[in-house]
Amino acid sequence: MAKAIRLSFNGKPATLEVDGERMLLWVLRTELGLTGTKFGCGQGFCGSCTVLVDGKPERSCQLPMSGVAGKEITSIEGLAKTGELHPVQAAFVEHDALQCGFCTPGMILAAFGLLLANPRPTRQQILDHMEDNLCRCGAHNRIVRAIEAAAAEMRKGLRP
Amino acid sequence: MTRFTDEILEHLGIDLPSEVSRRRFLKIFGGGIVVTVSANDLLALQRAPARRRFGRALPDDFNAFLRVGEDGRVSCYTGKIEMGQGVVTSLAQMLADELEVALDSVDMVMGDTDLCPWDMGTFGSMSTRFFGPPLRAAAAEAREVLLELAAEKLEIPRDELSVSDGVVSAVGDPDKKASYADLAQGQKITRRLDRTAVLESVENFTVVGKPVNRTDAIAKVTGEAKFAGDIRRNGMLYARLLRPPAHGAELSGVDASGIEAVEGATMVVDGDLVAVLHPTPDGAERAVAEISAQWTTPDLDLDEDSIFDHLLKVAPPAETVDSGGDLNAGMSESVAEARHTYLDGYVAHAPIETHTAVAEMADEKCIIWASTQTPFRLQTEAAEALGLAEEKVRVRPPFVGGGFGGKTANRQAIEAARLAKRTGRPVQVAWSRAEEFFFDTFRPAAVVKIDSGVGENGRISYWDYTTYFSGARGAEQFYDIPHHRTVAAPGGWRGAPGTHPFATGAWRAPGNNTNTFARESHIDTLAVLAGVDPVDFRLRNLKDEKMRRVLEKTANHFGWLEAGAPSGRGQGIALGIDAGTYVGLAVEVAVERATGKIRVKRMVCAQDMGLAINPEGATIQMEGCLTMGLGYALAEELRFSGGRVLDTNFDTYEIPRFSWLPEIETIIIDARKDPPQGGGEPAIVVVGAAIANAVFDAVGARLYRMPMTPERVRIAMVRSNR
Repeated sequence: MAKAIRLSFNGKPATLEVDGERMLLWVLRTELGLTGTKFGCGQGFCGSCTVLVDGKPERSCQLPMSGVAGKEITSIEGLAKTGELHPVQAAFVEHDALQCGFCTPGMILAAFGLLLANPRPTRQQILDHMEDNLCRCGAHNRIVRAIEAAAAEMRKGLRP
Repeated sequence: MTRFTDEILEHLGIDLPSEVSRRRFLKIFGGGIVVTVSANDLLALQRAPARRRFGRALPDDFNAFLRVGEDGRVSCYTGKIEMGQGVVTSLAQMLADELEVALDSVDMVMGDTDLCPWDMGTFGSMSTRFFGPPLRAAAAEAREVLLELAAEKLEIPRDELSVSDGVVSAVGDPDKKASYADLAQGQKITRRLDRTAVLESVENFTVVGKPVNRTDAIAKVTGEAKFAGDIRRNGMLYARLLRPPAHGAELSGVDASGIEAVEGATMVVDGDLVAVLHPTPDGAERAVAEISAQWTTPDLDLDEDSIFDHLLKVAPPAETVDSGGDLNAGMSESVAEARHTYLDGYVAHAPIETHTAVAEMADEKCIIWASTQTPFRLQTEAAEALGLAEEKVRVRPPFVGGGFGGKTANRQAIEAARLAKRTGRPVQVAWSRAEEFFFDTFRPAAVVKIDSGVGENGRISYWDYTTYFSGARGAEQFYDIPHHRTVAAPGGWRGAPGTHPFATGAWRAPGNNTNTFARESHIDTLAVLAGVDPVDFRLRNLKDEKMRRVLEKTANHFGWLEAGAPSGRGQGIALGIDAGTYVGLAVEVAVERATGKIRVKRMVCAQDMGLAINPEGATIQMEGCLTMGLGYALAEELRFSGGRVLDTNFDTYEIPRFSWLPEIETIIIDARKDPPQGGGEPAIVVVGAAIANAVFDAVGARLYRMPMTPERVRIAMVRSNR
């Protein structure tokens, strides 16, 4: 049943009248028109639908709206501020860490979530954290290098 | 940044009428300078695909063109699509370099069937090699036209002018200048590049492009890039279709009363399509689950293990495709012989974007936004399915989220088009992951048998090669063997109906992964019989200078340690040819003896692809090939029972993950004097054999079947008694 759910999307408070059983992925893509979050497998295996919930990477295809009430959601559209790319986005561009680009939003948010929790990850920690985000084009090694570069950039404290 | 069709049309103030022929199209675009080119000239020059494909001849006038508009912007129109391979950048970069304009003043218009000249599709590693040179030559031609116009306008001789950043100026007097916009203003010049100019341009390409970042990268990292599923139309409904439990199943009864429980859901039946439409995708998903259907499923006792016997049974009589010498003489010259059978299973394309399309009927015309590698083929198919004239269908491919050959099939777009026509509403069809694993056109399972021997001095004495359903691509061997024969079943890898339990199709370097796995594994086996190191053995049996260079580069860069296999080091090498490119791969593996798990630690790949037009793009393609190759080599194999596909998602069908990734080093051999060859596929063909050979070198166990799963490695180790 539709009911009002309050939460925050990309830094802005919002109240949505939606069925609490609907998955966040579909609400983002249809009700909010935020199509940067992708459907890849529908069962939480591929990571294309990754968003941040209170700063933690989560699979939006597995998150019912009732479970995200009162939380802060960050989707890929909320990352670049005032027209400037976030350091993780910039590093993906700089390192050509993408090909078809379909898994890219999920990759970037998974990586950002890691760096929020651990600003100085080892290569092994990056691999472990990214393990369940799938890329079919084979950009993996470049993604790892991009995350390392973004970590270094973010540590400079230029942008929190 | 690249701008996309709508924006460009708006910018040019063009409202396209519904029927636009290629010739009329040029008139509509009117002002500026247009240079048309044909990739046929290069296709004719190389071992090219058939000139007539899919019932439609390649247009003989032109199949790509560029335009310098009256605003000075350069636009390029090609029927190719962007699916990650990077042509949106590499083609634009070539034009920008040649015309000396900034990359962001080049607009790429790709795959739109109303705007772009007909094209057979984006596959076969053909875009850059066949379209790169003619487009670059076209840009050079446009530059000449602009310089002539400038000479006239500025009253300065042509050879006293120079170009920089889209402005022509007098050498030594930069105040005397005219921009491309000034020069193109009021002009209506059309040039067709002739064949000679295209061929000359290939020879003159000595300057390779400087590395640039992808022009589509910013749109892709911000989530702004639109894929088919991101298209939103007024009143659009989301469709889910009733699907059979198995291939070959017939619908015997439907009870759709359950969908009434889902508010907003409606059922639509259109011939064999049974669909539920809903204003939300999740609503449609819930509703389709409420349909109860009875199916009659044929009995078919076939699975991923028994398929090989079946394939041998149904294979048509094979034909010799290549032969030389006398096999009997070869056998009598042999000191040792080896006969082995190599097996390879079905593999899914598994792009992360499932097949998706949005279709809309407007003014008797159907517009389709689809994830497709073949927009013009889709146009023809949709026109047929809808009973419309071809020009009443417009296909507009947005970005494609991975193709690998799988999106040459357009079933989802036909479904969307039929439902849109039936309902009069825009309809989206986006396959679930299970649908993607069901309706994929899988890489066929195949069997290769090789009978061969070695004579004195580590020379191969004879080679008798028979392929069943891995086709001819990569079956031809390139070693110097006096007595040889290559035999293939006619009809290639698809086979007659009843051969495969589901649809099969082209999968990145079709057939070649299987053929190269068999050939290069067998070459290593012969090397062991001859008591010669695998690299040395290949050199002894190779006359082809290009391949010798590829082998030496690969081995040297890798730091190959000459020793007979198995040396315990875990080094393996393989060679291959695909899409005109010669490729060598050396790998280092570790095999966990207790589990049989293979870990690839390092890959060094060298390729000779002629002139590398965009070396950065080519490098990324090599990395992608090597990474994707780990999947078919180590884990990917579709499990099925009769027509039932048992893998429905990535939990059981494993594709390469971050932890699998070795260090990857790539080398593009400088061969800029040779025409460009393919880049999107070659490096994937050598992955299976290089790993199999490295596993043998590590633990002395030979794998004859892909994928090389831990269980199969354990069994092979037991068999080898080591």
